[in-house]
Amino acid sequence: MKFGIVVNEGPYTHQSSDSALQFVKAALQKGHEIFRVFFYHDGVNNGTSLGVPPQDDRNLTLEWSGLAEKHGLDLVVCVAAAQRRGILDEDEMGRHGKSANNLAPGFRISGLGQLIESGIQSDRLVTFGD
Amino acid sequence: MENGEGVVKKFCYINRKAPYGTIYALESLEVVLIAAAFDQDISLVFADDGVYQLTKGQATEAIGMKNFSKTYSALGDYDIKKIYVEKESLEERGLSAEDLQALKYEDEDDDWAEKDSLFVVERDELAGIIDEQDVILSF
Repeated sequence: MKFGIVVNEGPYTHQSSDSALQFVKAALQKGHEIFRVFFYHDGVNNGTSLGVPPQDDRNLTLEWSGLAEKHGLDLVVCVAAAQRRGILDEDEMGRHGKSANNLAPGFRISGLGQLIESGIQSDRLVTFGD
Repeated sequence: MENGEGVVKKFCYINRKAPYGTIYALESLEVVLIAAAFDQDISLVFADDGVYQLTKGQATEAIGMKNFSKTYSALGDYDIKKIYVEKESLEERGLSAEDLQALKYEDEDDDWAEKDSLFVVERDELAGIIDEQDVILSF
């Protein structure tokens, strides 16, 4: 089955990123396809490369990046939600005249159309959030 | 099916949170406005505290938030004409249909007659509507 995933909450405060990560791992292990993981609302904070969680804790951004590299996952961060919350890639940094960028490897910034397309293309769209 | 062209799915956007206090209502509306460009079959549901999103007379100056409530009246221009409000959620909050904005659309198959796009439905009926959907996004 082809799954689209939506993550609507930030890491650590809320379990949605952990649950989504575990769901994606389990789905891949069972041979399912992940069409896309779309990060929205505070979920965009999963894409910051600047998080430094304690060493004895999980690092969700690194886990997502690692999973993307291993399985070619498409990790998409909503551009409008990301701009509000200070998640920028190099292009966005230049466009808005900011001094830094922080989008983690394996993530890309794109528009809400990517979420709708995920709903159209996937057999099931699964949302993680409240 | 490969590129999704010509595929029409039933998309349902469920709004369950108050318009201010959290960003969910505003960012849900942003999704709906983008979604309208994709020629899908769209329904909106307002339930729980989400019914407050459609109330008339919102005044946000004192909390320093943008009042985006007028945007809902533009949904008809985006060809969004199935907006369901749960009756029990209104009643539980001491509200009725009279407290809500009138939402309309122009029916192109009926000489652009202006028609209601907001329907107050009971919980049981709403469950049936949600059951018919292909894709549900809950905010």
